[in-house]
Amino acid sequence: MSLKQAFESGKFVITTEVGPLKGTDTTELAEVAEILRGRVDAANATDQQSSVMRLGSMVTCYLLQQHGLESVIQMTCRDRNRIALQSDLLSAWVMGIKNVLALTGDVPELGDHPQAKSVYDLDSVQLLGVISKLNEGTDMVGNELKGKPDFFAGAVVNPGADTEASFELQIIKMEKKIKAGAKFFQTQAVYEPEKFYKFMKRVEQFHVPVMAGIIPLKSVGMARFMNKNVAGVFVPDSLIQQMAAATDKTQTGLQITADLIKQLKDVCQGVHIMAIGWEKKVPQILDIAGL
Amino acid sequence: MKTITEQKPLAEILELLKDHKKIYITGCGTCATTCHTGGKAEVLAMKKELEAAGKEVTGWMVIPTSCDILTKYAIMDSIEQINKADAILAMSCGLGIQTVAAFSNKPVYPALNTLFIGWEEHPGHFIEICSQCGDCAIGITTGICPVTRCAKGMLSGPCGGAKDGKCEQKPEHDCAWVLIYNRLKELNMLDKLKEIPAPKNYSKAKIPRQVDIVQ
Ligand code: SF4
Ligand code: SF4
Repeated sequence: MSLKQAFESGKFVITTEVGPLKGTDTTELAEVAEILRGRVDAANATDQQSSVMRLGSMVTCYLLQQHGLESVIQMTCRDRNRIALQSDLLSAWVMGIKNVLALTGDVPELGDHPQAKSVYDLDSVQLLGVISKLNEGTDMVGNELKGKPDFFAGAVVNPGADTEASFELQIIKMEKKIKAGAKFFQTQAVYEPEKFYKFMKRVEQFHVPVMAGIIPLKSVGMARFMNKNVAGVFVPDSLIQQMAAATDKTQTGLQITADLIKQLKDVCQGVHIMAIGWEKKVPQILDIAGL
Repeated sequence: MKTITEQKPLAEILELLKDHKKIYITGCGTCATTCHTGGKAEVLAMKKELEAAGKEVTGWMVIPTSCDILTKYAIMDSIEQINKADAILAMSCGLGIQTVAAFSNKPVYPALNTLFIGWEEHPGHFIEICSQCGDCAIGITTGICPVTRCAKGMLSGPCGGAKDGKCEQKPEHDCAWVLIYNRLKELNMLDKLKEIPAPKNYSKAKIPRQVDIVQ
């Protein structure tokens, strides 16, 4: 079942994320794909995540699909101008990749090549508009395509923006993304169900599926790091205490993650699990969550 | 217009001048003076440093506005001292340096890095305001440049959102989109944010540029 069909069927959709490694060794990728196949509806392949240079998202998606896993290609505007973006989209379609997540992308300064020149020729909203155009059979300036894709495009939104201005801006931008062609959303990591309920109440009216972002908690340090550094992500004290008190941190982390999914399940259309190193544990999380 | 500059490290300047013994120094009385990078005080300090490094400084001047055409006459006035030098060290922005070079027949070396056009937000602290993109997009926001002041130059709105109003990507900066939101809210024009801006015309930013302004 394609990701699009999964949403249309009305089932609770589960996606996860695979971060390509630095280098050409794809053994790990094959293992992860085997473990995830049949348990998730699709897996995103990240695009030079956090601006750290590694194997590309397109070939990663291709390999995932070779192993029978539906894939979502993440495409950022950081490293490609509008010519490369459109060309890569066409190439991805030819390689059998049907889903794309349009992102603006982190600045190079955050990664391992901080001196790189950043591109940002388009932003995520404009990229979604370009994908819609390609789907209609022309490039972004109106030249006709010989053979056209039919991408199922998604985007991201941050439901936990900390100030009124940031929150309202997220809603306004989400609406623009929908107008430009986004058919589903994956959110930034959620740890506070109440805040997420409030967000979902606001965006219900858009009638576009939203997948709650889930990052499994691995340690107290990780929670503190996110609280300090990641905008719109707040791990409540109660969860940090729970982690601190745990004797088996891994088990507790998985349990907390599964509990979160259970609490969010009824208000959204799916979850997107960003396991960051715990990809092989995703089935365990789903088992505990009863999915 | 104010061009913000910073002084290059002395070691780099000495490396640039390694083949030359006698140096003439030019400063600039406009932007570089207000930035404290190429005014009289900095020129004199540079003279001292060069002499300490074994160079001979044949003369110096602070050109009122280095980038101006009048620089030609300033150079003519000081031509004797300049002629005694092997090279000129210019303490001004890239425009000023090239103007000095255009009107002199000596090799010219930069003492400053030209950074950006900006404001002095508080004494000694400068922020970039416009990157001269050639296709001004301020109409989208009615007064704040998203191209230059957002770390990703996004025209359609903010990224994952700022933290306490600061940029998620470059926390030392205010998030441009929070500033834009607050401004439009105050002007009662938040609806403006609903428009999706067309992709920007970056052909207008391609170097080198030239223009005919018909009078
Ligand atoms: S949009 Fe371009 S011209 Fe206008 S202020 Fe920004 S950088 Fe300068
Ligand atoms: S935090 Fe604000 S200024 Fe920084 S990249 Fe995001 S939108 Fe742009």
